[in-house]
Amino acid sequence: MELLIFYPLALVTILLALGVVFNTSPINSAVSLIGMMLGLAAVFVLLQAHFIAILQVIVYAGAIMVLFMFVIMLLNLKAGDDRAWKMRERNLYLSILTGVLILLGLYKLTDKIQSTEFGETAKLPDTFGTTIEVGTKLFTDYVLPFEVASILLLAAMVGAVVLAKNKVD
Amino acid sequence: MVPLSHYLILSAVLFSIGALGVLIRRNAIVVFMCVEIMLNAVNISLIAFDNHLNQHDGQIFSFMVMCVAAAEVSVGLAIVIALFRNRPTVNLDEFNLMKW
Repeated sequence: MELLIFYPLALVTILLALGVVFNTSPINSAVSLIGMMLGLAAVFVLLQAHFIAILQVIVYAGAIMVLFMFVIMLLNLKAGDDRAWKMRERNLYLSILTGVLILLGLYKLTDKIQSTEFGETAKLPDTFGTTIEVGTKLFTDYVLPFEVASILLLAAMVGAVVLAKNKVD
Repeated sequence: MVPLSHYLILSAVLFSIGALGVLIRRNAIVVFMCVEIMLNAVNISLIAFDNHLNQHDGQIFSFMVMCVAAAEVSVGLAIVIALFRNRPTVNLDEFNLMKW
């Protein structure tokens, strides 16, 4: 039953990810990426990680993608601005080599995954992946990484403001 | 019940697509988006193993990945804006001032 949900979900996610790579217009890429993030949130719900699924929608599909959209519209990027897209096609052998290398790596990886025995899936309690469970873990065992993450976000905020502001001489 | 290997293969495929995008695209913003795809692909693996082993550590890890992604995107897009002010393009091949 869950497989019936998983396969269409995985297919849509992969197609949208390909859409991000192969769209010539950056705004279309961004919209595909939003769709992909929402698909991944659904995958997380399927894995019973409800807290992370909500976080995925709020942080990725919400905050980060709004930032992307904002910058694309601020810089007024249009389709066809990506001139190297055409330049790259002239370098046909390099493109083919890249594709073949990535496909070979992927083949080897799937081969390895399918031949590995992972053992029985653990029996999950009903509380798995809830905010209580994750939050308890986050504020007991992982409280130091949590604080470091807050410092990282503060530093990123200050850095972004300093980098993007006009020079005041 | 979806087997763990299915999630891992989905993760591997998405990671490869992201890597392909980083290698073949030259629009700085699209390259950032492809990096996001790769980070998300790793999150699937972490959470799939979490589900498999009945632990919560992988969810904490993916939480940290999201924090780092948010920081990376805010600083990265600020750099793109600063570069764009210098020279009106987002083509990565033309940003070669630090290369000698």
